[in-house]
Amino acid sequence: MIGLSHYLILSVILFLIGMAGVMTRKNLLMLLFSTEIMLNAVNLGFVAISKFHHDLSGQMFSFFIIAIAASEVAVGLGLLIALYKRTGSLDLDSIAKMNG
Amino acid sequence: MFELVAFYLFAFLTIGSFVTTVKTRQPLYALTSLAAGMIFISAFFFMLDADFMGVVQIVVYTGAVLALYAFGMMFFDSSSLIKEKQRPASTVFILGTMIALVIVSMLVAPIAADHFQGAYPPIEGEGNVENIGYILFTKYLVPFELAAVMLLTAMIAGIVLASKHMNLKESE
Repeated sequence: MIGLSHYLILSVILFLIGMAGVMTRKNLLMLLFSTEIMLNAVNLGFVAISKFHHDLSGQMFSFFIIAIAASEVAVGLGLLIALYKRTGSLDLDSIAKMNG
Repeated sequence: MFELVAFYLFAFLTIGSFVTTVKTRQPLYALTSLAAGMIFISAFFFMLDADFMGVVQIVVYTGAVLALYAFGMMFFDSSSLIKEKQRPASTVFILGTMIALVIVSMLVAPIAADHFQGAYPPIEGEGNVENIGYILFTKYLVPFELAAVMLLTAMIAGIVLASKHMNLKESE
């Protein structure tokens, strides 16, 4: 039978996939994708805890996380377009010249 | 039995599509497999009796967020591959140690907090959407309004950032 620990372990695996993406990729678009993966993994953990502990707060938290993810995408993609117009590349190292 | 098969099927599908997202070189493949993974995640929400969250996952993530990415990718020359360089070994070592510590504490935290009492249990006899509505518009009303203001701010920020110098080609 599927219990809470199954869902939590799956959530941790998905979170680690997203974190590996954030740590290894240099493409800024891929960094945004990996962030989405991590947010989804956390959502899955929250909803699983909400079901197995009979508490609706988990679903509410995951609802607000989706709202935050939507605004993160809007602002992040806008910044990415502004950066691409300025530097002509999506490389993470193209921001590194901003350090004083 | 049915739940067991569904869980493992969707677990492998989700992990496979997200690994494809992280490992592939083409951003278009990454976008497509990310959309597939989001749909598979919503299957878990339906299995966990969270119908509202499953529908929101499909509508907001796969419908809105990934469509926004698809439109945003039109601005980029996504066929140009970016060289992935290796970091020095000491950086990898320090980052790996810190992340291992964080993950161990994350995994131990649910075991330490085993005696956990639900603050807002669902009302028996009502559906999931009704329960969500009750709790969203009573206990979580202020965060809901704040999230609405935040989404409005993000929308304005996105429009301003993306539309700057949008008509440069035509005016020249």
